[in-house]
Amino acid sequence: MVDLARLQFAGTTIYHFLFVPLTIGLALLTAILQTCWHRTDKPEYLRLTRFFGVLLVINIAVGVVTGLVQEFQFGMNWSGYSRFVGDVFGAPLAMEGLAAFFLESTFLGLWVFGWGRLSRRVHLATVWAVAAGGVLSAAFIMAANSWMQNPVGYTIDPATQRAQLTSIGAVLTNPVFLRSMLHVLLASLVTACVVMLAVAAWHLRRKSHTAEFGRAARIALVVLVPVLALNLLVGSELGVTEGEFQPMKIAAAEAQWQTCQPCSFSLFQVGGGNNDQTPSKIIQVPHLLSLLATNSWNGQVVGLNELQAQYEQQYGPGYYVPNVFIQYWSMRVMAYLGSLMLVVGLWGLWRRKRLAESPWFLRVAIWCLPLPFIVNTAGWVLTENGRQPWIVQGLQKTAEANSPSVTGAAILTSLLIFLLLYTALGVADWVLMARYARRELPAEQAADEHEAPAPAPTY
Amino acid sequence: MTLVAFWFIVLAVVWTGFLLLEGFDFGVGMLHGVVGRDDAGRDLAIHTIEPVWDGNEVWLVLAAAGTFAAFPVWYATMFSAYYPVMVVVLVALILRGVSFEFRSHSDSARSRAFWSGALEGGSLVVPLGLGIVLGGLLAGVPIDSAQEFVGGAGDLFPPYALMTGATVVLVCLVHGAVFLALRTTAELRRRALGIARALAPVVAVVVTAWAAWTRVTAGDGVLLSVAEFGAILAAITAAAFVHVRREGLAFAATATTVVAMTASIFSELYPRVMVSSLGPANDLTTTNSASASYALTVMTVVLAVLLPLVLVYQAWTYHVFRARLRGPVPAPEAPPVTSADPG
Repeated sequence: MVDLARLQFAGTTIYHFLFVPLTIGLALLTAILQTCWHRTDKPEYLRLTRFFGVLLVINIAVGVVTGLVQEFQFGMNWSGYSRFVGDVFGAPLAMEGLAAFFLESTFLGLWVFGWGRLSRRVHLATVWAVAAGGVLSAAFIMAANSWMQNPVGYTIDPATQRAQLTSIGAVLTNPVFLRSMLHVLLASLVTACVVMLAVAAWHLRRKSHTAEFGRAARIALVVLVPVLALNLLVGSELGVTEGEFQPMKIAAAEAQWQTCQPCSFSLFQVGGGNNDQTPSKIIQVPHLLSLLATNSWNGQVVGLNELQAQYEQQYGPGYYVPNVFIQYWSMRVMAYLGSLMLVVGLWGLWRRKRLAESPWFLRVAIWCLPLPFIVNTAGWVLTENGRQPWIVQGLQKTAEANSPSVTGAAILTSLLIFLLLYTALGVADWVLMARYARRELPAEQAADEHEAPAPAPTY
Repeated sequence: MTLVAFWFIVLAVVWTGFLLLEGFDFGVGMLHGVVGRDDAGRDLAIHTIEPVWDGNEVWLVLAAAGTFAAFPVWYATMFSAYYPVMVVVLVALILRGVSFEFRSHSDSARSRAFWSGALEGGSLVVPLGLGIVLGGLLAGVPIDSAQEFVGGAGDLFPPYALMTGATVVLVCLVHGAVFLALRTTAELRRRALGIARALAPVVAVVVTAWAAWTRVTAGDGVLLSVAEFGAILAAITAAAFVHVRREGLAFAATATTVVAMTASIFSELYPRVMVSSLGPANDLTTTNSASASYALTVMTVVLAVLLPLVLVYQAWTYHVFRARLRGPVPAPEAPPVTSADPG
């Protein structure tokens, strides 16, 4: 039953998290495009703003509705968890609603339907408000999530045995929070840049609107490369921080069963998993794991077996090692594909003046489209799977957190319903996006009150 | 007043905000096919709520998250008890939520009709389901001494809860019809008013019955509370204003009906938050389900800073989109020219 509930939560969260980084990043890029138009008055910026704005709005719709499921699901499937942590965990969620969702949703309506109705300056402010709402929502949800990874600023009430907030300052300055929020925000920008680049490359290959899409591709590349490079560093910093509070997570990501010092990093392994402590590790890079996990050349990484013994002593008998196979590979998928995107980005920057004459680059850029989504999912799996068997590190186990009143049959039914619904939604969204993204740019329109209406779009 | 009582009132206000604002966009969603008989009419009807519905729905998100933060036990017990209802409500919210964008970008009549149906169905199911939940808080579901729900799906639908669900749907319908009449012109306005005129007397009768039943369910005798009396009075006033075609005043009256109904439920509940059908000793109350005072204090500060701001910019949105709509509706990426009075 816990497994079904976990499957449902993981599935719906991963799905939700396909859309969220895209919309957070795309809102920022759209705001940048509109700002360029505002500053330069060049019509191509306006056309790009409107073009990518529609992709943004379609995806926000899916992101918002799948977010509702998350908001309800804590209580529906994890009432044991909700009872235990609500005093601490509920606050950032409520703040997210008040500070972020109202801002994002209200100003999205104003932005989409406010063309020509609001002054140009006010209208520009509305798109920045949408982008700010997205950024704030990421901040609050990461504050809540980081508390699960490294609980701070709380006490356990002796009477109710529930966690109680004692310092909101501690929750909002949790070292895991500061790094993971930055990591997620930068990943969102990367996602949107890669999508923008792929769409622009598709059009450039067909020589349609080369001036506009060439500009879009260059903006995407100029943002992508530094942001992605920075994010690789932030990610490795986050690894060190999490390694401090959740050593199991990092040891499992290297399948490091024995304590080592210095520790090498294996590029690949054959075999592995929780029942195979001696996989064949292929191409070992000396000192790299020490560097990644501890920031020092000769740092020590405590092995899973030793950690297991420590945890048994601290928390009582039980198995405290997360799924090692998933940890090992999700970490590598994230890191390798992230680095691959950086290489493609550098290649694009080098060719930035001749993108339209670089068919190989354009072809590769189009095929990069799924990469950020795979990387985001792998990153999410890495951090949440690595927390297991805890739902709140060191305080509550996932197995104690589910809803006692909800039957397995009920969860199975809802799981199947969400599976069907999300699949259908994904197909509909993809068809719509693909059709829209391949369309010609909208006819030139100034955001002028006295403009005639544009002709209905033709497909 | 204690912090706990204050947060109970805050949640009552947030639920009121949700039903008041999303209430009319549920009504418009249910009615858009009837009021707008052709594609252009349906587009126009939907366009009355398109810029605002998403912001309205955040009030529901805040109701859920606010309950989680201020009354974790209430949140945990309510959402896990109502599991099947919540699944259905979520499916309806999802289909309805994407229907606006997916419909406007559809390229075939069939898919437009499908998403129109999703909007109609979703706009019916969400207030029905949430009305059943709100009514059930007062009617009671089996909750044991460990504050856990111990019943089955059949226990979630006591008659009073079903009545509350149906009443909420009907009030949303008339609230939405009046809103449509207020925001459109010509044929659409005439048809919306016609529907409102047919519905409003029925709704007044239903609200009266519901208010009396609320008092009886709460076990406080037969003399109505101020809020219940207000709900009846407002519903009758709405019928009268609709009859004389004063849609502005009628909208104020339907809005008052919604406010008074929510106030009735929450004032009858207090100090309980979920009645247990297994006896009053097992009732969830504001005190036995609340967060501690530090968390509530933090939330109070955040609320005091942010809620006024939210109210200001949401009100401004309604001001920006205040003009009555005339057809046709432009493509969403085109500048709007539908307004009779731009800016």
